[in-house]
Formats: sequence, structure tokens, C-alpha cells
Amino acid sequence: MKQYVIIGGGVAAVSCVDGIRSRDPEGKITMICGEGRTAYCRPLISYCLKGKSDFGKIDYRPESYYIQNRCKLVYQKAVKIDPIKQTVTLEDGEALPYDALCAATGSDPIVPPFEGIDTVSAKYGFLTEADARALDGAVKPDSRVLIIGAGLIGLKCAEGLCGRARSVTVCDLAPRVLSSILDDTCAGFMQKKLEEHGVTFLLSDTAVRFDSDNAIMQSGRTVSFDILVLAVGVRANVSLIKDIGGECGRGIIVDDGMRTSIENIYAAGDCTEGFDASLGERRVIAILPNANMQGRTAGVNMAGGSELLTNLIPMNAIGFFGLHALSAGSPSGQAHERKTDAGIKRLYIRDGYLSGFILIGDITGAGIYTAMIREKTPLSSVDNELLLTLPSLAAFSEQRRRKVLREVV
Amino acid sequence: MFLGKKPDRIKREGDELCCELTPQLELSMPVMFSAMSYGSISYNAHKSLAIAASKLGILYNTGEGGLHEDFYAYGANTIVQVASGRFGVHEKYLEAGAAVEIKMGQGAKPGIGGHLPGTKIGSDISRTRMIPEGSDAISPAPHHDIYSIEDLRQLVYSIKETTGYRKPVIVKVAAVHNIAAITSGIARSGADIIAIDGFRGGTGAAPTRIRDNVGIPIELALASVDTRLREEGIRNNVSLVVGGSIHSSADVIKAIALGADACYIATAALLALGCHLCRTCQTGNCNWGIATQRPELVKRLNPDIGSERLINLMTAWNHEIKELMGGMGINSIEALRGNRLMLRGVGLNGKELEILGISHAGE
Amino acid sequence: MKRVFVDEQWCLGCHLCEYNCAYANSGADSMVKALKDRQIFPRVRVEDTGKITFALSCRHCSDPICVKGCISGALSKGTDGAVRIDRDKCVGCFTCILLCPYGAVMAGEGGAAIKCELCLENACGAPACVAGCPNRALVYEERG
Repeated sequence: MKQYVIIGGGVAAVSCVDGIRSRDPEGKITMICGEGRTAYCRPLISYCLKGKSDFGKIDYRPESYYIQNRCKLVYQKAVKIDPIKQTVTLEDGEALPYDALCAATGSDPIVPPFEGIDTVSAKYGFLTEADARALDGAVKPDSRVLIIGAGLIGLKCAEGLCGRARSVTVCDLAPRVLSSILDDTCAGFMQKKLEEHGVTFLLSDTAVRFDSDNAIMQSGRTVSFDILVLAVGVRANVSLIKDIGGECGRGIIVDDGMRTSIENIYAAGDCTEGFDASLGERRVIAILPNANMQGRTAGVNMAGGSELLTNLIPMNAIGFFGLHALSAGSPSGQAHERKTDAGIKRLYIRDGYLSGFILIGDITGAGIYTAMIREKTPLSSVDNELLLTLPSLAAFSEQRRRKVLREVV
Repeated sequence: MFLGKKPDRIKREGDELCCELTPQLELSMPVMFSAMSYGSISYNAHKSLAIAASKLGILYNTGEGGLHEDFYAYGANTIVQVASGRFGVHEKYLEAGAAVEIKMGQGAKPGIGGHLPGTKIGSDISRTRMIPEGSDAISPAPHHDIYSIEDLRQLVYSIKETTGYRKPVIVKVAAVHNIAAITSGIARSGADIIAIDGFRGGTGAAPTRIRDNVGIPIELALASVDTRLREEGIRNNVSLVVGGSIHSSADVIKAIALGADACYIATAALLALGCHLCRTCQTGNCNWGIATQRPELVKRLNPDIGSERLINLMTAWNHEIKELMGGMGINSIEALRGNRLMLRGVGLNGKELEILGISHAGE
Repeated sequence: MKRVFVDEQWCLGCHLCEYNCAYANSGADSMVKALKDRQIFPRVRVEDTGKITFALSCRHCSDPICVKGCISGALSKGTDGAVRIDRDKCVGCFTCILLCPYGAVMAGEGGAAIKCELCLENACGAPACVAGCPNRALVYEERG
């Protein structure tokens, strides 16, 4: 009977179990949950902060799932892998044997070595449930909050705290918010929306040192705060694989079957660096839908299958106070844009294919663009003029519409 | 019931009964869908009629616009019409139908031929009719090869030769003043069925004065024809089909009692399809997708729905006809045919009663 | 399982499917109350280019990608095959809209995601759009 070990207890890990069980109902599965609890929907923590969800409801799967799938749960961290003996060693010294191993170790927050950071009395990260619960307990109506980092995590935290704290200030070294996914024009829409709700932004500026509850900024100004949130960024957790000589870039390098460079070891989720089909290069794509798909593929292949995942692309869906920004692919090639006061629609076209898009405001039908990038639909086969105005099956051939509307897909 | 020439005596060969008959049309009820050309009405309207006719076990008529290739599959329930313009007439066309109808005239506009405005002639119509797109299709008044009964006989037999004597030939005429003499001639020309079209019949396009002032009512025409053919002993040479404002099952019963074998309906069928009688068919803007060729309007008529509604109408009439017959104590349609005793006139003058051959109510 | 299938040759772009859908999912007891003077949120959308018209709604895919990407577990495929959104769990992140290859998921009232659920969860019991289509462009049947 085959023995499967999964390091990690997140979305990719759970999908890995789905993948394994789709082929192997008998094999022994052990899931090492380093965070001390079973998988939860991490993106929901900001909604919990806001009050739109609550911490009791964020389980990704119910308890019964692990029982039904006979998945043994271990609430420790894995400290070492032995690729020759094929074992994983836990904190308490126990060595778990494996026939197939999946590293779904996710990412860790980046904590820059700020000078004087230890003098800050109330500092929080914003990646885990524990972080969010702590922050939730600490924030008061008279709190002044400073968030370092205007990326996806920092802004979601800001949105969550709007109305709960006296003031929310967000700073970032980049000249715009959401700098990893949006350009100046697009980012402007999102920044304006948050500013309308009371968030203050200090861009092209960041803290260089801290003095108790004061941040001394690069620009020279001083920002006083009661609560500090560090949301600078995350880094893929690759140490276990790297330590044993596995090929790593910014993430654990995997092929289309989620195999690492080490035999019988797979990887899935935010910790991996797979092939970005829209860019044509390797890249860390840390987003929940991809973690789900990668986990499943890894599991299927660990159980003897030969599934390939060749259409992974970066994608993001983020929204603040009703203004949504959906994007996918990469902003390479020629940009075609329609802009109004309410939002923007930008499509990137390269070599006759859609390579990326950004939709802000009216996001109807965004998934049609996403599918075109993933499936590499040649633009010559669709009505381009129509597609720019209206993402709709109407822009595609009658055959495609017949297939979608008259058959089971 | 059957339409076609009936034998006038029983023939035996020794002890065996000779059952050979000239070709007959079998109908599940004494009503057929009358001629409405593809061009005056739409593809979807024709499809609805074809589907309904085949499901009901009756027939529909192509009209003078030819037969669209997609409808050859319904050939067993189709009467193909040969009109004076000879639109769409070729060998395969004649073979495709269950019967061939020579259209000498039509009730709504006796004396002139069919008229399809150029706006209604697009590529599909052009191809089916074998005429150029966009120009008016006006059929000549007479067939240019029929100037006498002998000429008609020649055409009837040419068609029979082409189709191997396997299909009945129908001759359709408008109800005019000397209709009895005309049909007497036709009955001797080799035609199997005579169709008479009365002056209140509908049309897709006709000059207004002619539509409103030329022709005679079908009841008078029918009664005089039936009487004359019986008097001449040739009534069984042909079956009689009448049309021209047959709008209810009661009209069907009256027509059969006056001497018809079956009725043609057209306006009633269009009403079943959704027609509102706005009477602007000639513009080609029919908003029910019936009398138009504009694709965005034609799609409003889904043949699945249209054919169901036609079937509903005919099924209802069928029930009513049976009910009425039951009330008369008759159990076969043949026993109603020409049975003038079943009819009485109300508010008709002596001359009308005489021509119709019926008594006044109270007598 | 039965699904709603569309024949674009019969769709007239009359939008009755949208109105019937909005009414069926509104909880109101009259169509007037449900539709008059308010923004409506139908789960079917008529796409009309002038030449092509059809009504688009959730295909209830065999292997739905929206379910894979849902961050809260609100989207799920039931044992009856229908894909549903749990209103209580949806936080309105719109990852499903980002993923649906047909554009069938839409923003609903209050910012949650909505999509066709075959009227299995409302008082109609069977798709209102199909019942209300005047030209049989929408049918509800088993195929494939």
C-alpha cells in the first residue's frame, strides 16, 4: 500500500488529497499541518476583519472531509527531508516514510530588518489566521494604524480596518498601489476608492527606522501610530527542498506534472515556480485557484497518473468597497484600452493572442478573457472589435457557441 | 377519406373484384392547407405547414413559388403547384410531391396571375423560383400554353407522363360566373381533382379593385358545379376541393353538404400561426414572421410552435366536424357529401336557394 | 441531469428570460413588485450584437473551474449535478467571475456573486426563463 506524505496544510495540500484519492482509494495519506490547524481560506481573513465573514467559518473543508478521505493529520512542522531514505522528519524527531511526497509549504512573510523594529509595541503581520485574530483583538476605535506595503495584502487589511480605527495610513516604496499587478493609471482607480473611504497613502516612501510608536520615513516625515502592520510581501517557502539540493528559483521549480528535480518529490501551490503560459517563462504564481489545480495534478501524478497542467497563468480578483479589479496573464505586447471615469478595460495582445488583461469597474465576462489566455485562442478566430467592447460568446464562432449552448460542457 | 377519380361502376374479372384505381390522395380529415407561395410567406411558415400536414395526415400546397430543397423530405404530404409563371418547375419538383396542381386562377384575383413584390425576393426565393433577385415576380394571366380545354388536357397528360401516372393531377380555378361549364370541361380533361377558389379568399398581394370586385362566392359556385356534374353523369370523374374563406368547421360541413369532397384553408391556417390580419402582407414586414423574408422577423416563427398550433386547430375542427355529423346522424363523410337535405337557407332569396339547391328554413 | 440549452436561431432578444428570472429569484409575489422601479439582478443575460442574439446562463459544467477557485467554499457542485452559490459564504471576491469561461457568473445585489441555479432553490422549481420564453429558444432537458 502506497504511502503519501504532504508537507503543508493549505489549499494545495487538500487538493493534493483529492488528486490522490481520485486514483488511489487505499493508500495511506499523512498531512503535516505546520500552521497548527487544518486548511482554511486564507484570503478570507481580511473579510473577517471587516466583519463580512467570521473566523469560525473559514475552514476550507469540514472535519468530516479528512475522516472520509482517511487523511491522517499531524500538527507539527516538518524540519528535514531525506530523499534517499525517503522520509520526512518532524519537530519531535519522528521520521515519516513516503513513496511519494508533496511539498505544499506555501509562503512566509517578508520581514525587512527595519532598524528599531523591536521598539514597536504593537506590530502584526497579516498573512495567517493567527495574525488576523490578533489584529482583530488589538484594533480600537481610536487606533491609528500604519500599514507598510500597498500590495494585495496591505490594501485588503486597510479595507478591513476602515471604519474600525481612527485612521489608516498605508505606505509603499513603489509610486503606486498594487504595483505588482497594476500600472499607474489602473492603480489610480483603486487608490482613489480607498481614499474616498478615509485611507491615507504615502507612496514612493517607506519607513527606514522605528522609534517606539513612530516611523521615520525615507522622505524625512514622521508617522505616529498605535498599531503597525507589516505587509511588505511574501516569499515562497523553499527551504526544505533547497536544503536537499532541489532546483529552486524564487520558488520550488516544478515541471508540468508538478514534479520537482528530486525523484518522487512533487510540489504544489504558492511555494512553486511553474511555467507561466501567458509570459512563456517560469514564475511564482501564488493564487488560490492555481494552488487548487496544482495540488490536484500533483496528487494524481503521485498516485501513478500522468496529468499535465500547461495553462497556469497569473490571475487576481480584488475589490474594495464595490470597485473590483480583475486581471490575468501578463501585460506584454500591445495594449488596447477603453477608459471611462468609472473604470478601465485593457487587453494586451501579443503575436495574435491575448496575453493579458486588466478590468476595473465593469468586470462582466472577465472569465472569457481569462479562458482565451489559458487556451491560447487565436484572435483571428474571434471578432476582435466586438471582444474589446463586450466579452461575450457572441464574438466567437457559431460552432463554439453551439458547443457551449447546446451541448454539455 | 380519398380524393381522386372514382370508378363509376363495379368491375369484375370472373369472381374477382377489380380494385385498381387511378391514384388517390388519402386524408385523415377533409381539410388541406391551401396554396401560399414560398416568397409570399416565409421558410418557417412553410416548414410549420409541412410538419403539421405530415403529423396530421393531410396535405399542404407549395403555391406557385416552387418547393424549397429542405422540404422535399415532406413530399408525401405536399401538393406541388404549377402556375402560369412556372416558377421552380422542373422534373424533380414534379416528382417530389404527392400530387401536382395546375393553377389556372385564384379566387382573390380572378383573371390575373400571382404577384410577388421585388422586396420579398432574396437569394433563397430567387434560387427556389429560378428568377432574378429583387425584381417583381408577376405571373401571366393565362398559362401561355393553355388557351382551350384541349390545351389543358395536353398539359394534364404531359404531367402525368412525366410522373408516370402515379400522382393525381389537380386543376385549380377561380370561382367565376360560368364555373359550371368550365369544370364540366376540366372533368373531361383527365384531371383527377378540381379545386375551386371563391372570391373571399385571401392573398399576399393583389390590386385592390380586382380583389374587392371580381369573382363569385364559393357556395354558389360549388353548388352549381356539383349539380351540373351530377346532371352530366360525370361527378365521379373528379373530386371537388373548395376554398375561399373557409373559417370554421361549420364552413367545412356546409361545403361538403353542398357537394365538396374536401376544403382548402389558408387564412385560417395563418391565423393559427399568429397572423393578426393587419393586411399589409405585401410590405414584407409581417411582424409574426409569416408574410416576410426578413430574417430577423422570420425567426419569430418557430416551426415547432407553429406546427403545434396548426395541429391544434385542425384537431379541434376534426372533433367539431365529427360532433356536427353525429348531430346529423351521419357516420361517414361520404354520406354527407352533396347531402343538400342537411342544409336550410335563412335570409336567402329564391334565386340563391334555387342555385344552392336547398330549401328555406321552416320547409 | 437536466440543463437549460439555448438555440440562438429562435432567440429574438426580447429579454423576457431576464425578467422572469429576476422575478423568480426576487421572493416577491408579483412580477410588478419584483421589477418595477428597481435595479434587477437576473442570473441569465441576453447577449445581443444586432445580428446574433442568445441568452447566456450557467452551464453547470461537468468539472466547474469556478468551484476550484472559490476562496470561501461558497461555490459547490451538488450530488444532483447543479452548481450552487451559498449566499452566506460568498464574500463577493469575484474570483468566480474571473474564472468562468462563458461569463455566466454575475455580480448580484449587495455585491455577492450570483448565477443560474436552475430555479431549484426558489419557489419555481423549474427554470422560469424556459417557461417564459415565447419562441422556445430556451429548453430544459437532458442531453449528452
